[in-house]
Amino acid sequence: MAPILKAVNVSKSFGPIKVLDSVSLALEPGRVHAVIGENGAGKSTLMRILSGHYQPSEGQLIWEGEPIRFAGPFEAEQKGVVLIHQEILLADDLTVAQNLFLGRELRRGLLVDDGAMRERAARVLADLGARISPDAETRTLSLADRQFVQIARALLVPHRVVIFDEPTTVLTPVEADKLFAVIGRMREAGVAVLYISHRLGEVKAISDTVTVLRDGRHVTTAETVDLEPADMARLMVGREMAKLYPAKAESTGDVVLVADGIGVPGYVEDASFTLRRSEILGFGGLVGAGRTELFEGLVGLRPSRGTLTLFGEPVQFTDPRDALRAGIVYLSEDRKGKGLLLEEELRPNLTLAALRRFTRGPFIDTGAEDRALSQSIRDFDIRVRSRDLLARQLSGGNQQKLFLAKMMLLEPKIVIADEPTRGVDIGTKQQIYSFLAQLAAKGAAVVVISSEMTELIGLCHRILVMRGGRIAGEVAEGNMTEDAIVFLATGVHDRLAVEAAMPA
Amino acid sequence: MSEAIQEIKTARPAWRPDMRALSPFIALFALIVLGTLLNPDFLSLSNLTNVVTRSAFIAIIAVGATFVIASGGLDLSVGSMAAFVAGSMILVLNGMGAADGGTLAIGMLAALAISAVCGLANGLIVTVGRIEPFIVTLGTMGIFRALIIYLAAGGTLTLSNFQLRELYRPAYFGAVFGIPVPVLAFLAVAAIASVILYKTPFGRHVVAIGSNREVARYSGVPIWRVTALTYVIQGLCVGLAVLVYVPRLGSATPTTGLLWELQAITAVVIGGTPLRGGQGRIWGTIIGAIILEVVGNIMVLSNLVSEYLIGAVQGAIIIIAMLVQRSLQRER
Repeated sequence: MAPILKAVNVSKSFGPIKVLDSVSLALEPGRVHAVIGENGAGKSTLMRILSGHYQPSEGQLIWEGEPIRFAGPFEAEQKGVVLIHQEILLADDLTVAQNLFLGRELRRGLLVDDGAMRERAARVLADLGARISPDAETRTLSLADRQFVQIARALLVPHRVVIFDEPTTVLTPVEADKLFAVIGRMREAGVAVLYISHRLGEVKAISDTVTVLRDGRHVTTAETVDLEPADMARLMVGREMAKLYPAKAESTGDVVLVADGIGVPGYVEDASFTLRRSEILGFGGLVGAGRTELFEGLVGLRPSRGTLTLFGEPVQFTDPRDALRAGIVYLSEDRKGKGLLLEEELRPNLTLAALRRFTRGPFIDTGAEDRALSQSIRDFDIRVRSRDLLARQLSGGNQQKLFLAKMMLLEPKIVIADEPTRGVDIGTKQQIYSFLAQLAAKGAAVVVISSEMTELIGLCHRILVMRGGRIAGEVAEGNMTEDAIVFLATGVHDRLAVEAAMPA
Repeated sequence: MSEAIQEIKTARPAWRPDMRALSPFIALFALIVLGTLLNPDFLSLSNLTNVVTRSAFIAIIAVGATFVIASGGLDLSVGSMAAFVAGSMILVLNGMGAADGGTLAIGMLAALAISAVCGLANGLIVTVGRIEPFIVTLGTMGIFRALIIYLAAGGTLTLSNFQLRELYRPAYFGAVFGIPVPVLAFLAVAAIASVILYKTPFGRHVVAIGSNREVARYSGVPIWRVTALTYVIQGLCVGLAVLVYVPRLGSATPTTGLLWELQAITAVVIGGTPLRGGQGRIWGTIIGAIILEVVGNIMVLSNLVSEYLIGAVQGAIIIIAMLVQRSLQRER
């Protein structure tokens, strides 16, 4: 079938830096076209050009055979090109229906027609298979539901080309399945879908065509049936992915932490587990199962109850500072909101948690800070053009490395890494895995909370799975299968859920 | 190792001026040129000294406000607090009756102690009560104002001992090497404040909390202690301003310090500190306070605009300052 929207030799430069170099791509009605690549490969730039957010520096867009220029996203939307953002862009205080029609409210005379909007909102949400009330206040929705509201909002306008930017990042396997069903129906209806994702498993499962970008250049476009996820990874990285996960070392260390009957009001009930030296302990489960809350409660970031024994001594942390002082660091999953000061430069970000170590008398020793930054940039392979960048200006992978470096300055004995590879490209993932493995090998105890099951299986010595605020069970070495984890996480055997959740 | 560092250093771009930091200085310079053009008397030493001296109260208070605002807070109570502390200090001095240096020192210490306690009260209500600083200090603003009216019984509190007034006079009217004491006072306050804000872990924590409180909390910054301390610093600055204010008139009335909070916030914002926090510019704040006084002075010396409109011009200045800041931010 003839392509509806084509990019022909499109390039984009920001100042002297060329982020997209002569890339061509054709979107055809009724087909799902996946674009994959590492962070910084140019996926987002390409997507923003196609949806009118950016103008190409060179090359052009072809709409149904005619050259076209989108002056802005609004013009693209009028043609039926819809971009579904990765970030949630909704007003928390408005209801779902109000958000869906924000800026294009249905009217009756001078007044808004709430009844009609509510009715249409309910219909669109039902079509998506999402059970969300149009009257619910948006802040009360889970992240996944908000994602569905955002998709519903995009689909309210007549659409012919729909661009998804890593839509499953915040979805559970079951929810991702619903989304794939929606995409399937779009395809049947003759919509051209552009699908951007890190998760090669789902790319394999739902796309018809795959385009691989690397360093702003087009590597290949191929039929999905001809590519296995391993091929995709190789093409993305440009070298053989020797081994994503480091070899698992022996873990026969002493018990360092015993948690008994930990409860976090509203989130976690009666969670008990032990943690050993040199061990990587995984925490699996669906989003919202209470994993993050359990550990935030443990380290005093939230109120919690239950007993905690650290190196044989009973402890109770009511202030996160006490936990840090005891050698326990928690790396939040929300590195932008809770990990780094985005509007600050790298140096103050790096030393914020361990500032006490960088003082001379009552003053900060900026020389020592600078040396620590150089050291961290080297040790963690943080790739920066210049060191007076703001943290915001780093890519997601480099932000994560800076965040790791920052917390490691505290020389922790126990490290809790919450979704340490979320939104991070595959090369950086490999570096983070090997770093966590080294940390354990040197005698630290490591907890990894992750929604990517292959990551838990590849990295951890044991995996505890949470469901509905409780620890549902343990998956031990030798028995680590995705099915075993899904069974504990959902309570049902669900082959589809496994496939849906299969990550890179 | 040295090689890697070398590489990173050379990657640094050439020196580029930080326009956000420089803009208040440029604005002040432009105002001075304008003032001189309108009335050559403006540039006379006596006029300039007078202007800078008069900006001392707001400058000192605004240095404290820079800490509060940099940490993401706000203190609306400073004007009322100044009046209350001034009144209390006068009552203490009158109560002791004597007219020697010791009495004066005790009165001054009392003023500083009272202002620190007032600031601590603001800080504790904000942190322990977890109430928006705007609301907390709106409340204490009313309380402090009512207290000075109550203490003065609606009238005026005056330093009754004439000898003591003579002894205290130089604190406002005196000069060292030709520099008025209030100017020395605000320079010293600003110098100490910038060391605290820029060179100590506490200062780094203040900015971190203003930049993102959650990140600071997850990093183990003692956010409650640091936040409360910014209000104590604000209180102490109010106390210091009172120390140079009381000898000027020797009295406190229910209208003392009226609207000073707005002038202090204006000075901070003109100085380049964003109202949402995350940055603090002490010297910018000082310049901001001087700009406010210079504008008033130019209006008095020239006949362009009625001097009754000073408030309107100052109001326009804060809006223009925000617009300039916004456009400079886009550049980055």
